[in-house]
Amino acid sequence: MTSSKIEIPGEVKSDPAALMASLQLMPSPVPNPEIKYTKIFINNEWQDSVSGKVFPVYNPATGEQICEVQEADKADVDKAVQAARLAFSLGSVWRRMDASERGRLLSKLADLVERDSVYLATIESLDSGKPFLPTLFVDLQGTIKTLRYFAGYADKIHGTSIPMGKTVKERISQMWNFPLMMTAWKLGPALACGNTVVLKPAEETPLTCLYMAALIKEAGFPPGVINILPGFGPTAGAAIASHMGIDKVAFTGSTEVGKLIQEAAGKSNLKRVTLELGGKNPNIIFADADLDLAVEEAHQGVFFNAGQCCTAGSRVYVEEPIYDEFVRRSVERAKRRIVGSPFDPMTEQGPQISREHQSRVLEFIQIGITEGAKLECGGKALGLKGFFIEPTVFSNVRDDMRIAREEIFGPVQQIMKFKTIDEVIERANNSDYGLVAAVFTKDISKAMTISTAMQAGTVWINCFNALSTQCPFGGYKMSGNGREMGENGLKEYSEVKTITIKMVAKNS
Amino acid sequence: MHDQVFIGNEWHESCSGRKIPVYNPTTEKLLCEVEEADSDDVDKAVRSARAAFQMGSPWRSMDASDRGHLLNRLADLVERDRLLLATLEALNCGKVFLVAYFVDLMATIKTLRYYSGWADKIHGKTIPVDGEYFTYTRHEPIGVCGQIIPWNFPLMMFVWKIAPALCCGNTVVIKPAEQTPLSALHMAALIKEAGFPPGVVNVLPGYGQTAGCAISHHMDIDKVAFTGSTAVGKLIQKAAGESNLKRVTLELGGKNPNIVFADCDLEYAVEQAHSGLFFNQGQCCLAGSRVFVEEPIYEEFVRRSVEKARSKVLGNPLLPGVDQGPQINQKQFNKIMELIESGKREGATLECGGSPGGQQGLFIQPTVFSNVRDHMRIAKEEIFGPVQQIMCFRSISEVIERANATQYGLAAGVFTNDINKALTVSSALQAGMVWVNCYNAMSIQCPFGGFKMSGNGRELGEYALQEYTEIKAVTIRISQKSS
Repeated sequence: MTSSKIEIPGEVKSDPAALMASLQLMPSPVPNPEIKYTKIFINNEWQDSVSGKVFPVYNPATGEQICEVQEADKADVDKAVQAARLAFSLGSVWRRMDASERGRLLSKLADLVERDSVYLATIESLDSGKPFLPTLFVDLQGTIKTLRYFAGYADKIHGTSIPMGKTVKERISQMWNFPLMMTAWKLGPALACGNTVVLKPAEETPLTCLYMAALIKEAGFPPGVINILPGFGPTAGAAIASHMGIDKVAFTGSTEVGKLIQEAAGKSNLKRVTLELGGKNPNIIFADADLDLAVEEAHQGVFFNAGQCCTAGSRVYVEEPIYDEFVRRSVERAKRRIVGSPFDPMTEQGPQISREHQSRVLEFIQIGITEGAKLECGGKALGLKGFFIEPTVFSNVRDDMRIAREEIFGPVQQIMKFKTIDEVIERANNSDYGLVAAVFTKDISKAMTISTAMQAGTVWINCFNALSTQCPFGGYKMSGNGREMGENGLKEYSEVKTITIKMVAKNS
Repeated sequence: MHDQVFIGNEWHESCSGRKIPVYNPTTEKLLCEVEEADSDDVDKAVRSARAAFQMGSPWRSMDASDRGHLLNRLADLVERDRLLLATLEALNCGKVFLVAYFVDLMATIKTLRYYSGWADKIHGKTIPVDGEYFTYTRHEPIGVCGQIIPWNFPLMMFVWKIAPALCCGNTVVIKPAEQTPLSALHMAALIKEAGFPPGVVNVLPGYGQTAGCAISHHMDIDKVAFTGSTAVGKLIQKAAGESNLKRVTLELGGKNPNIVFADCDLEYAVEQAHSGLFFNQGQCCLAGSRVFVEEPIYEEFVRRSVEKARSKVLGNPLLPGVDQGPQINQKQFNKIMELIESGKREGATLECGGSPGGQQGLFIQPTVFSNVRDHMRIAKEEIFGPVQQIMCFRSISEVIERANATQYGLAAGVFTNDINKALTVSSALQAGMVWVNCYNAMSIQCPFGGFKMSGNGRELGEYALQEYTEIKAVTIRISQKSS
């Protein structure tokens, strides 16, 4: 799935009639969708919070409240952990199940997500402000494919028998930027490997995750295998990270909170930790690149999901000979980006997730202006309702500026100039982050050199955001620990036990 | 019922105009006729499979996960048509219907689903070679695979062959056994319905000596996979050498030892040894046809085995309450009866059975021989019928030597509660699969195949993928190396 794959073809786009005709064939969101599930999900049952507290969930396109959801805190986490532990005990239904049957359950869940994909995309749009069509084609597809991928792995998790002995092989907290897909990324490998799960969706976006809970029950997962607790980071999230009865915590979110999680793990029971954190990702464009491709990919690479992507290519390094032209085309493209209601099929960019995040991004933009970068376009909030920001482009950005060093997580593109390959490698690597990188060039040597040199978990050559379930994903340095997806994803969810049996006589 | 040759997602008459008669072994009556494929049809099919395999074809450019998706869809369709397929198997092979429904069909569906999961998990490697190079391996599909399958588990064998082949991206020309083409032809229809591009799977009912021979000699088939007798397996390997050195995998016969120690759970061992031999009317490469029983429990074991054999109900496999159906055809029937006669002649004790069952047809009574000595034909040759041999042994080293004294090496069983005996015997046996305190415990995740003349290569599990990929190492010059 690539963020640019959802682009409508050029010839269709330029002809309004053809465009409208093609859009008729596109699926529509569910009108007035009912929010069915707003409680805590433990042991396949819906429960009120122990404290009785609820919290509001907002539509970022309008600023209005959608509904209230039960708020989980430490006491609820304790209940959930107890349920998950019981479901995990030796001899339980889940532990005794054939691995292939675990795979069948994941496959069934994928079928149910597919069945309800239009509804899920509608709710995801409503809750997070993501444009509806990309949500349906990217997020939902990514979710379904992830579940199917790990469904296929469940009975293929092999130990090794070693000419000496023999080996054989578990709690999660996630992000608001791809709520449903992140749920699948976490559940897929965890369940494929036979773990039980206590999952806390982000407080901004609990709705699709709660709906998944209902599908999980419908698919036939035994009670207690998956428990879903909407709540806040400092309370429910902290309770998970320091819980003595949780064996592993997996977190996707900011580097700042990632550090707290790792600390909490050390302070409590040394639970295993995997982290998927932030990025300030370099996108390197050489003069021999296919310019049209590079401009478009760099644009989608930073503006996709209103810039709310850990993979955002927020430092675009352009080789001097094509710099001016690249900036010109990028600005023109940014000006053409359609910002609007997530349910308008023409919309490319929805709102930021909340008032707080919108303010943060606007503050960064001011900082950029103050520090002396050139504001080429955008820079302001859009509209009175909701949390929209104009697509913003800065040129003449220097590496020491805050907009070049800190993760903005908004629709703000920084374009820098470089002269030599050695220089750009050094500048690109000069960051505590190391999530992804990209290079655009036709020259095979440049491509090989850059991809080898980048301190990044994923390097894209002549593409951006080309993510696939089969491929391991994760960060170097402070962008995280461990890898999700692909076969590597399984390692993070299994514990290796070596078994050695004495033989009366050995033979090779 | 489909009755034509399936090439390029279309139904064709045979080039020769000839047909194959297909019988119901229970009644010995003709079920139908199907078009008979010969070498000209094989040529057509190979051309279609080759075209489907071209670089840039829909099959080659498809996402690996989509190949998996198609296999999964096929599994859904088999599940939808489960009753029909189980009925076809029972009618065409004489299999007990409930067994076909619960065992053959279940395994078929699981096999398809298992390999659908592998399609997008076939990984190459990057390799730290010496020198200024970047090296990685591609695990490519081999190409056009010829597959020849037997009559004892027609549907299951069909899927064991096509699933790993398609999972790895190959195209297939598959010849079901001439006795049992019906379920394969229904599968062809489902393959088209599932959405596999034309030419990816081609199904050619035909005879071994003509169509099978054409496949194994074909200059444009890249690999041949065969399940059947060791005698024919040898011909296939020869043919591969004579033609284009196509890759060969073989799943052949067995004369499998089942070793029962005195400290086992006796009733359980008797039962497992019984089903281990009599399953599918004894028509199983895995049949535990040499039961070695430790002296102290020998008499009792024989007594209980005979009792079990006598209690089996022979009859119409479509009816509930029937344990055993007919043998597949007259030729097999004759061969089994001949071996039974040799057992009697050579001095084994016929404990029960030994004669045809019922008035007409291809039924044979469940037969048990005791006091069998290793030199007897019934102890050395694969009978492929409901005939159980029970031998006596004294020591562990003796039984290991006797168990291994065969050209075959497919499977073996060990019944004991002692951990040391279990590990010692399982390490020592020259067999591709060793079962400890169980028999016929098969699962799609586990590799299956033979030592020695029971075959080459492994089917099922991750191991099967190796047999259906060709490895290409790509080395790119780089201007500067970095670890």
